[in-house]
Amino acid sequence: MARKKISLSNIIITTFLLVYSAYVIYPLFLMVMTSLKPTMEIMKNPLALPTKPIFTGFIRIFRDANFLLYLKNSVFVTVLALTFSLTSSIFLSYALARYDGKTVNRLYFLFLAGMIIPIRLGVLFLNVMLNALGMLDSLFSLVLIYTAMSIPFSMYILTGYIRMIPREMDEAAFIDGCSSFQMIPKMIVPLLKPAIATVAIYNFLPIWNDVYFPLIFIFDSSKKTFMQYVTLFFGQYQTDWNLVFAALTFATLVSLGFYAIGSKQLVQGLTAGALKG
Amino acid sequence: MKRSKTAFWIFVIPSLVIYVTFMLVPLVASLGLSFFEWTGYGAKKFVGFSNYIKLFTEEPNNQRLGNALKNNAYFFVITMLIQNVLALVLAVFLQKGLRGFKTLRTIFFAPCTVSVIIVGFLWTLIYNPIWGPLNNILAGIGLEKLQMAWLGNKATALPAIAVANAWQYSGIPMMLFVAGLNAIPNELYEACAVDGGNEWHKFRHVTIPSIKSVILIVSTMTFVGNFSSFEIIYAMEGTLAGPNYATDVMGTLFYRTAFGARTGSPADMGLGATIAAVMSVVIGVGVLFWLRLYIKQDDTKGS
Repeated sequence: MARKKISLSNIIITTFLLVYSAYVIYPLFLMVMTSLKPTMEIMKNPLALPTKPIFTGFIRIFRDANFLLYLKNSVFVTVLALTFSLTSSIFLSYALARYDGKTVNRLYFLFLAGMIIPIRLGVLFLNVMLNALGMLDSLFSLVLIYTAMSIPFSMYILTGYIRMIPREMDEAAFIDGCSSFQMIPKMIVPLLKPAIATVAIYNFLPIWNDVYFPLIFIFDSSKKTFMQYVTLFFGQYQTDWNLVFAALTFATLVSLGFYAIGSKQLVQGLTAGALKG
Repeated sequence: MKRSKTAFWIFVIPSLVIYVTFMLVPLVASLGLSFFEWTGYGAKKFVGFSNYIKLFTEEPNNQRLGNALKNNAYFFVITMLIQNVLALVLAVFLQKGLRGFKTLRTIFFAPCTVSVIIVGFLWTLIYNPIWGPLNNILAGIGLEKLQMAWLGNKATALPAIAVANAWQYSGIPMMLFVAGLNAIPNELYEACAVDGGNEWHKFRHVTIPSIKSVILIVSTMTFVGNFSSFEIIYAMEGTLAGPNYATDVMGTLFYRTAFGARTGSPADMGLGATIAAVMSVVIGVGVLFWLRLYIKQDDTKGS
């Protein structure tokens, strides 16, 4: 292949991509800048950089007891849902990868279907069910919904990984007198680490960012999630822009920070989930 | 080696119970609810197809349904045109692999990780007619004539939302296209060059046919995403999906109908379930259509 030269087409392509990246960054940049300006200045000079950055918005949200409570609620829901879905999916995937037969195949496709069907279409019956179980308005109901939502993708990735581990390995362990219950955590899980990272990171965002299920199932003001809080906040303080933007900025930084840590896994998960093989 | 069947079921059952209880049963049983009349509290009454008759023939339900389906289709078409075409262009350009392009790719994907609700709020402010940057920028470059209340105007509201949505999500199809492009063997391009093909020929006769399955999956994802969307409209136009229902999609219509008590009108869960059933059928048909094409394509590849 010829060495890359500075050609006209490369200049055009680079310019296009740079302009587009400015377009992608601008709204986020504007949000951060606005969060550092007093409300009066936002109204007068919406596009200018802050004359003197202020952090009062951030200080006020961090002093807000609800802010910390809702953050805690979201962490609780997310951590539990990820733990449940990961633990159950590891065993599920092991079974689907190591056993053969029609039932196994059917189960595989039953779970796989969940990757494309939006769970929210069943929200009305979930409402009836949670009501009957006395679980409306409970963070734990969100945990179970998100667990169910995360299982198909986790199963898909983990099963693929386990299939690549030679079966002789578990057989050797069985001969040594290991039961499957000991063997999975001791031998399989350590080998699955990269897959587990992909699954955890890929499933984190839709759970953390979700506002649909809390909007429908959570009313008690002490049980709201963080994104629900941001939503309410936007409505409640519509005139106090400095505060609103501080809240939006903080919420965005959490997501972007997470992306910075796990972008590789996230992209891997995305492409593996959508493209075969 | 024989593996124990009991162990198999012990491994499968926890996931199966959660998945079936909180996903499959609700999906199927919600369809069943469309045959009942009930407001969410108190007893349900079996009413046969009367909810369907109410939805398809009675005003204003039938108008709202038609309007929401039309808006969803419109939203889908705009998204395909701006988000997915843009994503393909970005992927093809990134494929040139010049220095720094990896960083750009990371930037392009970043908005996908932000909550839809935040993206919606952010763009509401960008479109703000009084101090929003968009109108200010238009004024700055001498295009005052184009200034308007983007979200308050019936003609521009839905496209404006689609632009915000595309700003957030073009990164996802872009990544899928990048993965698809990476899988094309270089020999195909070389063969095309030997035959005297230029860049356009390569794109038309090598790139596009090679990433057909990616195009299919991107279209399906967009279809399913649009026909179950709710948050972006909710964040930018509220549950009433104004102005005058110009941005009302199936998701907002469903929410208002089923949980209407929170938006000022009476709740009608039976009718809501009927709307959800229509959504399930539309999404189901879309997915099946894609599956058929996908399988057909796979067959031709295999033979």
